[in-house]
Amino acid sequence: MIEIDAITKSYDQTVVVDHVTLTIEPSSVCAVVGTSGSGKTTLLRMINRLVEPTSGAIRIDGEDTRNTHAYELRRKIGYAIQGHGLFPHRSVGQNIATVPKLLGWDKDKTRARVTELLELFQLDPAQFRDRLPRELSGGQQQRVGVARALAAKPNILLMDEPFGALDPVIRSKAQEDLLTIQRQFETTIVLVTHDMEEAIHLGDKIAVMDEGKLLQFASPQQIISKPATPFVAELIGTGERPFKLLSLARVGKFVEPGSAEGDPIDISATLRDAYAELLWSGRAALPVSEKGQVIGKITLDQLSSHARPQ
Amino acid sequence: MVWPNNPAGAGCRAGPYRRHIVFVSEILSEKTGGRMSDTQTAAKSGFILPRFDKLGVLIAVIALGGVLLPFMIFRANRIVLGEPRMIFEALATPEALVLALLLAAGMVIALLRFRAGLKLAASLIILIALFVLVGRSAYFLTPPDDNFARISPGAGFWLLVFAFALLAADALTRLRLKPWPRIGILALVALAFGILLATGSLNGVSTLKEYATRADRFWSEAQTHVLLAFGSVLIATIVGVPVGIISFRLPKLRAALLNVLNIVQTIPSIALFGLLIAPLAWIAATVPGASLIGISGIGVAPALVALFAYSLLPVVSNTIVGLQSVPEAANDAAKGMGMTGAQRMGWIELPLAFPVILTGIRIVLVQNIGLTTIAALIGGGGFGVFIFQGISQTAMDLVLLGAVPTVVLAFAAAVVLDAFVEMTSTGKPQ
Ligand SMILES: Nc1ncnc2c1ncn2[C@@H]1O[C@H](COP(=O)(O)OP(=O)(O)O)[C@@H](O)[C@H]1O
Ligand SMILES: [Mg+2]
Repeated sequence: MIEIDAITKSYDQTVVVDHVTLTIEPSSVCAVVGTSGSGKTTLLRMINRLVEPTSGAIRIDGEDTRNTHAYELRRKIGYAIQGHGLFPHRSVGQNIATVPKLLGWDKDKTRARVTELLELFQLDPAQFRDRLPRELSGGQQQRVGVARALAAKPNILLMDEPFGALDPVIRSKAQEDLLTIQRQFETTIVLVTHDMEEAIHLGDKIAVMDEGKLLQFASPQQIISKPATPFVAELIGTGERPFKLLSLARVGKFVEPGSAEGDPIDISATLRDAYAELLWSGRAALPVSEKGQVIGKITLDQLSSHARPQ
Repeated sequence: MVWPNNPAGAGCRAGPYRRHIVFVSEILSEKTGGRMSDTQTAAKSGFILPRFDKLGVLIAVIALGGVLLPFMIFRANRIVLGEPRMIFEALATPEALVLALLLAAGMVIALLRFRAGLKLAASLIILIALFVLVGRSAYFLTPPDDNFARISPGAGFWLLVFAFALLAADALTRLRLKPWPRIGILALVALAFGILLATGSLNGVSTLKEYATRADRFWSEAQTHVLLAFGSVLIATIVGVPVGIISFRLPKLRAALLNVLNIVQTIPSIALFGLLIAPLAWIAATVPGASLIGISGIGVAPALVALFAYSLLPVVSNTIVGLQSVPEAANDAAKGMGMTGAQRMGWIELPLAFPVILTGIRIVLVQNIGLTTIAALIGGGGFGVFIFQGISQTAMDLVLLGAVPTVVLAFAAAVVLDAFVEMTSTGKPQ
């Protein structure tokens, strides 16, 4: 659990982060979203004390972060940034082993961990361990950056626009991989992004920031259906709201008994996918399948009622 | 037969299509138009006029000048005016013929677009032949039992050496050799000249006669020279890198320091050497024990201090520039993962800045090897001793005895350190 308590940062007279208070639950993903210059990065960097707050406090699992040395605190918290920040003169393996080396792990343990992470991120250890970062593609570099942040099995992972430099296809793959890993290791992730779509997709909770102030801190559903200010509504985009809401729920929860004509849709698809399929094929209902078996149907009427605030 | 390479594709065999391309580009580059019909007929008949290498033309012209100027200078004794000797006067006829043939072949190879490897081999063979034949010529021209005659290479010889050294340098650039092969070639050339000198083949040449009469002095001055040049750079590195690191971390100090060092750099070298005489003499006279450890107004101490002062700016500023060039994101990540300031410096910043720092060291080393000659003026010793003696006696041979080793030393240091810089730059994008 990360408790951010009335945290403020000002440079000279300018207040960059203004009395932000929020609590991030363990094993959840908190997406911090806002326009450029709204103070997202500064807020994130105060968690691992790369920026020292002007006032306020941050507690991790109840412990004030100022009670440990900054560098010791940082070794326990994963940190991944846009443009990956890999060390250009060190091999992929050495890059990933950075924090284990700082923590004094022995060689075998470190090596085993590097192998494990490379495999987790679908990079063949035999092929990639000894390469230099510049010998990787952008997507591979980004994966190594995240693998490096996870090397010492931190409970908390801070990410500053980690997918910012990726093209859309690789980007959505990287997002899926991150969610899979997050669920597997139950890591608490604080992720900064300027992209509301990404925040809705990844965040269990979304913190919307503007000019240093926290405008709203709530689940994606609430953010979409009850934006706290016109600015939040604008960030979501009024024309997009129904579809964003639909994209948050999966077909499984809305299956009705009965059957319908045509190709079935899988139970794990989002309501948005189901809606698109209904419109595209001109049907009023879709059969829903689970592991190839049709188990019921989902109707256009039901989707419509879920495309607006409940 | 090896076809001359065309510019469009090095190493590409001249097939019919390729010939057509050459033909078109030739027309484009042919501004006079007078020879256009020639080229056209040549292309039709499938025969290409050899194309000239631009630098090769220059090299051939210089070499031609070398052939037309005296190859050797003969003087009855050390101070009388020299008499010129052309190639066929300076060598026994068979040797002169060999040299003439070699030079003709070398000029053709330089002129046409041959492979860089062939050009390199040709230029190295000719350079070695030139030195061997200068040695032969010295014996040939020396009257029997004459200890006073002085035979030295003439302007023609030096121009030829310059022309083919240029060819070798150009070929080496085009070959884009990796660092180790470059050092290897340097070692081979050094070995070849070592053998020439050790076997006494060049002993008849005037400069080596000067050497023979002062061999002991030569080696002790060589030692001093190396000590001054390398020692000053070593001290500048030991002092300059930490100063660079500190001033990188403290921007205010950085600005002030760089200003002072810039001013030092603009003081003419002789003035700087001179400026140091008074304060060092004062230290020697007043600080107890200072003169015991070798500090005095003239001699090695002020020379070392002046050379050190000159080296400091490039080392400090390259350290700062190198540290500034470390990618911001890498540094931020290092901090964010919990490296302490010292760990960041040792693992990330210094290794990434190292090639730039080494470049600074290379600059000052080459610079100081040359500058050290001036140290002789304030009694610091080094090869400059021979140069200034030679100038005052108008004995060119003696000047060369000091100048040639200085140039060779600077050149070798540049080649070796350039190779090191390249080897350490692995982390940087190409
Ligand atoms: N070290 C600093 N000194 C002065 N101003 C800063 C500093 N770091 C950030 N700022 C300012 O704080 C504001 C918020 O920056 P940042 O947290 O990076 O925003 P975001 O990540 O949301 O784009 C910006 O206006 C920026 O100029
Ligand atoms: Mg930012």
